[in-house]
Amino acid sequence: MGQKILFDKIHIPGIKTYDVYRENGGYASVEKALKMNPDDITEEVKTSGLRGRGGAGFPVGLKWSFIDKKSGNPRHLVCNADESEPGTFKDRYLMEYIPHLLIEGMITSSFALGANLSYIYIRGEYMWVFKTLERAIKEAYAAGWLGKNIKGSGYDLDLHVHCGGGAYICGEETALIESLEGKRGNPRIKPPFPAVKGLWQNPTVVNNVESIASVPWIVLNSGEDYAKIGLGRSTGTKLFSVSGHVKKPGVYEIEMGITVDEFMNSDEYCGGMIDDRPLKGLIPGGSSVPILPQHLIFKTANGEDRLMTYESLADGGFATGSSLGSGGFIVYNDTACIVRNTWNFSRFYHHESCGQCSPCREGTGWMEKILWRIENGQGTEEDIDVLWSVQAKIEGNTICPLGDAAAWPVAAAIRHFREEFEYHIRFPEKIKNRDHFVNEPFEKVKHLVAKETL
Amino acid sequence: MKVTIDGIEIEVEPGTTVLQAARMIGGDVVPPAMCYYSKLKDTGGNCRACLVEVSKGSEADPRPMPKMMPSCKTGVMDGMEVKVKTSERALDARKAVTEFLLINHPLDCPVCDQAGECDLQNLSFKHGLEKTRFKEEKRTFEPENIGDKIQLHMNRCILCYRCVHTAEQVCGSRNHGVLNRGDHAQISTYISASIDHEMSGNMIDVCPVGALTDKTFRFKSRVWFNKPFNAHRNCDKCCGKTTLWMFGNEIQRVTARKDEYHEVEEFICNECRFDHKEVSDWVIEGPRKFEKFSVINQNNYTRKMDTVKIATEKQILEGREQDRKKISMKEVPYKNTENS
Repeated sequence: MGQKILFDKIHIPGIKTYDVYRENGGYASVEKALKMNPDDITEEVKTSGLRGRGGAGFPVGLKWSFIDKKSGNPRHLVCNADESEPGTFKDRYLMEYIPHLLIEGMITSSFALGANLSYIYIRGEYMWVFKTLERAIKEAYAAGWLGKNIKGSGYDLDLHVHCGGGAYICGEETALIESLEGKRGNPRIKPPFPAVKGLWQNPTVVNNVESIASVPWIVLNSGEDYAKIGLGRSTGTKLFSVSGHVKKPGVYEIEMGITVDEFMNSDEYCGGMIDDRPLKGLIPGGSSVPILPQHLIFKTANGEDRLMTYESLADGGFATGSSLGSGGFIVYNDTACIVRNTWNFSRFYHHESCGQCSPCREGTGWMEKILWRIENGQGTEEDIDVLWSVQAKIEGNTICPLGDAAAWPVAAAIRHFREEFEYHIRFPEKIKNRDHFVNEPFEKVKHLVAKETL
Repeated sequence: MKVTIDGIEIEVEPGTTVLQAARMIGGDVVPPAMCYYSKLKDTGGNCRACLVEVSKGSEADPRPMPKMMPSCKTGVMDGMEVKVKTSERALDARKAVTEFLLINHPLDCPVCDQAGECDLQNLSFKHGLEKTRFKEEKRTFEPENIGDKIQLHMNRCILCYRCVHTAEQVCGSRNHGVLNRGDHAQISTYISASIDHEMSGNMIDVCPVGALTDKTFRFKSRVWFNKPFNAHRNCDKCCGKTTLWMFGNEIQRVTARKDEYHEVEEFICNECRFDHKEVSDWVIEGPRKFEKFSVINQNNYTRKMDTVKIATEKQILEGREQDRKKISMKEVPYKNTENS
């Protein structure tokens, strides 16, 4: 059993309520933090090496240190609970089962940043979690952990939960801020970064739920202790939301640095492939990151064991590696149709593109349409090349990373599974007549493709 | 602070953007801009047509910027080096953006009212491909009446947000905006036919494509058949300085005066634009100069033209001789006259 930080108390019955949470040592970090110097808390978080758990992996302490304290404007902490990426559902689990941990983290982090007004921006689809959080905040207010003069320290903090309209783009920090201000959720052009001009032009820090929920442990123990967990620059623990063809899908907290093999096959975590079918592909960090083909799942391109860390999963770039992303661990066995899957992701990104900048607005729709044709046996030979070219033209040319998120899965699918695309184009009859949810294992028909190609 | 654009160094004030610096230099180094409008605040960054490569960040941090940067939103740093036309990546990105913009924009320049003064037409001419790779069905919208002065043709809109900014900053009352997301996004009004502000006509001028056109001028003429004149009148609502587009003695259209980047110099009111179409209403200053290679210039025969030599072959001339006989109708009578 690895060290648990976030899920340590999650199995205690009634931990959702304030009384049980408090009895089990809840809000101790706030008590300790209120006696500390706020800058020391930031230093502790810096020492811990905690990296943003929303996907980008930017060091949290460093982000906090960028906040403009000299301007004299009010500062804000915004918790990004707009979790909408296909395959990622870890934050929901945390908020649903142990809401007070997030609130405790919010108070501690807000104190460190000197913020007197903080927000939790939650996606609209998580209505029941929204209600859970509202109830928990009410309890925290009643117990004096929020409001004016918290526990006699002289520090004031108001915390609100804001229910978003249910748009994936509002998970991007600047679009989230726009949405929170009551506007259309279009990303802003950076710079200025939110740490300088964010919510209502005030200095703002936007952090993921998991990042904020890790702060109480760091404050209670120490940054150094946190840095001891994990491996290298990937410190601490990380939540992974596992879905797909495994025996035990779910949300797991692991210490960073265990091997992908151990995570996938040990009974403690995923428990191996369902029905013991062969593994075909793996997306380690949510739908926006590149898929890994079978030969690159357990070993990196250098032949080393692939580990559950930021560095090992990225493996020196996107050509051979992927990314840890937000921890949406999606597993495919040999019955999965990569083309259909890529089309499905592309459909999502097309639907969720905000439409502000041209490459993403027009390109995501174009990719979806080409993939739809290929998937339905109407593709032509040049379609794969056009698709490749379109994704390359979106990547890096957009305002926010949604364009990249739409392009990477397509690029990786073509790079690693090009023969499946060719199969769809060469044998449209087979594609039309198959059961749409179970694809014919490619191994069975590979010889047909080879014959035609050679 | 100093900035070098395509090897040309220029001294600029802090706070200048790369696009503004390039415009100070002028000529070929100016990146095209479809959404940026210097007369409106907070525009730019959407269309990505002005992407440039920053090969040196600044004197303090000389690292190149990894991504292509939108020049209209990138502030100049001291010692920055920018590549516009000398960067393959930038040209590729521009080509890509042109292709993306043309995906859902129909290439109906022969019938579009904006032909001749369309920024996308120019962009497509300079950076576009000769044929499209987009085989899918184009996105279409139902026609919508947004008011009695302006015609909205949503199928041609490239979502540059310029008209939205104009409504906010010039008109002061915004009855329209962007609805929906992705490529379903559209300019639309909250209540049909609600755009009636006295400065609303400026939306026509800021629109870079033919999505918003003048209802009083639509299909009356092509711009290259008109002759533009600078004119002014006393107006208590605006500056009153306009361009009149004349066909003979008739004023067919009134617009604001535009600079070399097709941006209006000063916004004008709807009264000047739509209500004064008599020559006696205006003090005409003189003919307006326009770009040498503009489509509008094609009808201008005042320049000295080279003699056109037609390379003809004997056979062709022989054939023509026969044709001439037919056309002359003396030697070859009409068939029906023959029968009768």
